[in-house]
Amino acid sequence: MRISVEEVFETVKMTLDHHFDIRTVTLGINLKDCMDRKVDGLIRRIQKRIIEKGLLLNRFADIIEQKYGIPITNRRIAITPASILLEPLPRKISTAVRLAKALDSAAKKAHIDFLGGFGAMVQKGMTAADENLIDAIPRALSETDRVCGFLNLASTVAGINMNAVEKFGHTLKKLAANSRNGIGCAKIAVFANVPEDNPFMAGAHHGIGEPDFSLNIGISGPGVVRNVVLQNPDCDLTQLSEVIKHTVFKITRAGELIGREIAALMKVDFGIVDISLASTTSAGDSVAKIIEAMGVRQIGLPGSTAALALLMDAVKKGGAMASGNIGGLSGTFIPVSEDMGMIEAVKAGVLSLEKLEALTSVCSVGLDMFAVPGSTPAEVLSAIIADELSIGVINNKTTSVRVIPVPSKKAGDIVHFGGLLGSAPVMKVAKVAAPQFIARKGRIPSPVQALRN
Amino acid sequence: MVRKSGKKNTQICIVTITGADKVGIIAKLATAMAKANINIIDVNQKIMEDYFVMTMATDVTNATIDMGKIKKQLDKLGREMSLNITIQDETIFKAMHRI
Repeated sequence: MRISVEEVFETVKMTLDHHFDIRTVTLGINLKDCMDRKVDGLIRRIQKRIIEKGLLLNRFADIIEQKYGIPITNRRIAITPASILLEPLPRKISTAVRLAKALDSAAKKAHIDFLGGFGAMVQKGMTAADENLIDAIPRALSETDRVCGFLNLASTVAGINMNAVEKFGHTLKKLAANSRNGIGCAKIAVFANVPEDNPFMAGAHHGIGEPDFSLNIGISGPGVVRNVVLQNPDCDLTQLSEVIKHTVFKITRAGELIGREIAALMKVDFGIVDISLASTTSAGDSVAKIIEAMGVRQIGLPGSTAALALLMDAVKKGGAMASGNIGGLSGTFIPVSEDMGMIEAVKAGVLSLEKLEALTSVCSVGLDMFAVPGSTPAEVLSAIIADELSIGVINNKTTSVRVIPVPSKKAGDIVHFGGLLGSAPVMKVAKVAAPQFIARKGRIPSPVQALRN
Repeated sequence: MVRKSGKKNTQICIVTITGADKVGIIAKLATAMAKANINIIDVNQKIMEDYFVMTMATDVTNATIDMGKIKKQLDKLGREMSLNITIQDETIFKAMHRI
């Protein structure tokens, strides 16, 4: 049966009026076979591969974008965790920084806006190379433009590596001091239970369980979902869940089709569709506004957590029916600085850090892109991170933290990051939190639900 | 989700026109299509949510110009007639609206 005018119009209207786009196509690239005892050899091989594949990714994404008339907003690359590549090399900060700069220059040559994977898996312990990479982060992410980092500091199976959590508090402070407005900190996320196939920055990397290449898609349609919620102002919540499901089904199918075609053109494996709702700074493209369209007066008020839980469950059900390859984070991003509704709620004093944390316990993937005063001590940053990661560890889910201690700003100030990163009100946090607790270090043991074998 | 549109090696695209109805839309589009050797298979139109919407199913298999150029010509026509014109491979609609 030929497609009806109504069906065509529904799709066209999604892109014309409601910002429906493929938020990112991210090519995961294995670089393990490029390893070398000499840094020159490593850099030569990885640059060649990244530039070659990055250019192809852009070329084919353009072709498919034109074919289907759906914008493919970002084209990105995720690599094998850089700490692994650093293993055979001298334990010098300068070596790790050199690697970051080589990745940055390869990304620029391939016209890739962000390249993820400058990170390490340290949920249980750190190797000397891991520690070296973490020590290099303040320089590596402030002296490059396009490299993104991640650290997996915890998992349900391993518990929380508090040595690394304590260390990272200091790393963040140094990184913030090295970059204007602390912007370097926007390029690194720390995780509990990090997925190996997440296409979204800053946390994207190509996990060690992945094939040579893997093409992952991040769809996104907060505007589309918000529109369908607005069109159903009177239905009950069960019906609301149904209409959200139907809409997400459609956009997931579009994402999978586009992902598969690009993967086929590139002759690489198709990986996953990440169905996370990801906000942007454009008006209407806001997750907070969906919650408000559902009937919560402003995000952060009582009712927000239940509404978000309903929303994301419906998104997951629609997505899971549409594709057998749902993966990555597939939660809700509610980055404070990148979502107009979130910014308004923080400015109005309605949304606090504590409520943000509560939202992450149902389905959001973390405390994302929130600014705190530059004077916040390292131990407070570590304590915020430990709290958030423990939610992930205990609830068997991914949680992450991307916090920016903005030098010389205080609570209530507004900081402008520019571009995709938006602007954020600096949030109020405690000046002292848990200094003795953090200073103990060690490992918070894995919770009992890991012992299932 | 493996779907092929119609017969093997046939590429069907849907041209969507939205905006205010006026004289000569079909004529101008048909002329542009004929020049590029694109066959018009089907035309439908409706008023929806105050929009005038026309869809045109076209067979671009033997088109003499590529998608990029077709798109540019349609954009130009759209500007001249103050209409929004898009062209998309039919597969995307099947993926989204058919199980």
